[in-house]
Amino acid sequence: MENYVVEMRHITKVFNGVAAIDNVDFALRKCSIHGLLGENGAGKTTLMNVLFGLYKAEEGEIRINGEKVAITSPVDAMSHGIGMVHQHFMLCRPLSVVENVMLGKKSRRGILLDTEETAKELKALSDKYHMGVDPYSRIWQLSIGEQQRVEILTQLYMGCDILILDEPTAVLTPQETAEFFVTLRKMKEDGKSIILITHKLEEIISIVDEVTVLRDGSLIGSRLVDAGLSKADLSNMMVGRQVLFDFPAPEKAPGKVKFSISHLVAKNDKGVEAIHDVSLEIREGEVLGLAGVDGNGQKELCEVLTGLRPLVSGSFSLKGEDISGKAPSFYIGKKISHIPEDRLTTGLAVNWSLEKNLIFKRLADPSLKKHGLISRQLVRKNWEKARNDYQIKSINGEELSRSLSGGNQQKVILARELGGNPEVLIANQPTRGLDVGASEYVRQRILDARNNGASVLLVSADLEEILQISDRVAVIYDGRIMGVLPRGANPMDIGVLMMGGKLDKEETK
Amino acid sequence: MADSTILAFFISLLAGTVRLATPILLPALGQIYTQRAGILNLGTEGTMLMGAVCGFTVASVTGSLWLGMAAGIMAGVAYSLIMAWLSVTMRANQVVAGIGMNILSTGLAVYIYRLVFGIRTLPPSVVPFPTVEIPVLSKIPVLGTILFSHNIIVYLTYVLVLPFSWFVLEKTTFGLKIKAVGENPRAADSKGINVGLVRYLSVLIGGAYAGAGGAFMTIAYMNTFTEKIIGGFGFIAVSVVIFARFKPINAMFGALLFGMAQALQLRLQAQGVGIPSQFLLMMPYIMTIIALVIASKKAEFPSAYTIPYSRMER
Repeated sequence: MENYVVEMRHITKVFNGVAAIDNVDFALRKCSIHGLLGENGAGKTTLMNVLFGLYKAEEGEIRINGEKVAITSPVDAMSHGIGMVHQHFMLCRPLSVVENVMLGKKSRRGILLDTEETAKELKALSDKYHMGVDPYSRIWQLSIGEQQRVEILTQLYMGCDILILDEPTAVLTPQETAEFFVTLRKMKEDGKSIILITHKLEEIISIVDEVTVLRDGSLIGSRLVDAGLSKADLSNMMVGRQVLFDFPAPEKAPGKVKFSISHLVAKNDKGVEAIHDVSLEIREGEVLGLAGVDGNGQKELCEVLTGLRPLVSGSFSLKGEDISGKAPSFYIGKKISHIPEDRLTTGLAVNWSLEKNLIFKRLADPSLKKHGLISRQLVRKNWEKARNDYQIKSINGEELSRSLSGGNQQKVILARELGGNPEVLIANQPTRGLDVGASEYVRQRILDARNNGASVLLVSADLEEILQISDRVAVIYDGRIMGVLPRGANPMDIGVLMMGGKLDKEETK
Repeated sequence: MADSTILAFFISLLAGTVRLATPILLPALGQIYTQRAGILNLGTEGTMLMGAVCGFTVASVTGSLWLGMAAGIMAGVAYSLIMAWLSVTMRANQVVAGIGMNILSTGLAVYIYRLVFGIRTLPPSVVPFPTVEIPVLSKIPVLGTILFSHNIIVYLTYVLVLPFSWFVLEKTTFGLKIKAVGENPRAADSKGINVGLVRYLSVLIGGAYAGAGGAFMTIAYMNTFTEKIIGGFGFIAVSVVIFARFKPINAMFGALLFGMAQALQLRLQAQGVGIPSQFLLMMPYIMTIIALVIASKKAEFPSAYTIPYSRMER
């Protein structure tokens, strides 16, 4: 009892009559890293938001250092030494690092800002933890990894001893993750207690001292992490069943080159060249993974390949036929399917019914028509088939697509995009924001498409996903292809390329 | 025209520019606070009209111009409280709320005016703020007339209100909080900043400035009230903020530009240039459109611009 800095007992939080977390206990030991594991929607973040004072729990009590406390706002939480680094960074992009820090504290100069003193102290703290943060740089000038360091530095500066980190490594490259873990260990040695919210089992095994697993808002269990704990044990606790981590390689070798991109150049929305001279080839029945940190031209590339964005120069071809620079409808006709990055804005019309979302691309398709008009019955049949094929959970086909869970929304998109056996599949971040079970399903479906002969371009910021299902891995950095590596390549090598570096030995191609 | 007449024309034009920029600069500076906090108050025009009628009424009843000015400011604060309630508490669409505020003000202002003054053959008037010639400086040829021969409110706006606004936004904790709630209210909230309160205050400050700008029109620039007296200055002020990319110093240049368009238009009409007066009247507004199209592309809007905040929503 004496060693716990945080104890949460019987916490229940209800949203709209549904318990998001139900009677959950949680305890954090002093000077330890505690993993909070669970799928999306399991209640990890909700539980921590209760601890941080963003949500008020309906039931339960919180003790800090053995004393019962009432935490009703983030300010309360901070006064108890609790800091939280959110998944979406809580930073104001046009402001400088020091300005962001000053937002959360009282100024020593009354109503005037104490910029210089604060900057000096920040610099000292940054040096102590080897973070290399310049207090005067503006947030928008910093990489994601640097922004995260700013967030952690801010919490340390505010004097917090208990740090909650919400999915901190989701946005980091392997190298940044390794650096980040070094910082975490240093903080632990310094007497900080850390809660790491995650759904990555690797992280639990490699850095965490103790783990608590939640599923569907309920506590599954807590245990110390030791050598006897395997990924399979954890996934069993988290999902309630075995999850596939190693997808089988294709039974037959990829065929001839089907889809090829040569010397493609295109601009981003601001009119700046975002992809420079990109050349790639994808064979029949092959998944080409495109790894890279978000915002390095992936989105623009996908949009050019599906006709959503004009190209400046270069070309791409399907089975030897030049198909570059056409309208989206042309590519739909050529059976080039697209799973867009953002399912809520580009992937679905969220205020439309599921049935309608499914026939989006096929309004001219005679198989949906009777006497030249779209037939409700045929649309309904089309939906029922998709629902059965893709196990979409919904009340009926008239339900609005916004009311579905992320995983089911993605299934609707899969049904639409994979339904007609595509020649080429451009999948941009297909499992972003999905939980482990749904991600596994999406990946399996992508592999099914590959086994049916499709050429798949899989764009993902999740390197683990790329490594799991790609037959070859290309790496993009600043709109350029840094190299193409074979199946089974070393993740560290990919990480180097993702950061714009070069590999010493020539093992590309 | 002789050389001396041309010179006189330009001196009078530039002096008029400085004077006419004042009722644009005042509300624009106020709207910088408001817009920086993420709220677009399109009702600025209406707020100015309320400032104009209340400022004029109090000045004319009490005989004190300074009381009139204070009343204008208070009216601006009170009227913009409605906008703050609509946009922050009720989380209404700010464009719709702003337009509603303008429509309400035209009725309300004329109602107040009639209530106090009734219908008269000769409209009531006040003796406006007199021109204060700055000793020595006003004797400088050309520049003296352009810069140092205005009423006290003009001086105060440029010398006091403008630097003050810059100082508050850039050097105080409150200014930083305003920028934060306009940029990332969730982040501000997580750092213990009361987003709603800061937004309310930003709207009210904007209202105070707009009210002052309105009162300027009736008791410093003119000497009477008409329902058309604001004549779009409130809308121009809102666009000057965007034109100025939310920076007080730039707002001064923006206000001068529009002030000049207005002053030029008035003088060309008086000169009897062979252009129909309607076209001359349109000039400032056409400039507004052109300037906005060019400037708004480059403007970095606050990320939470016009977006209401609720802690519970993702």
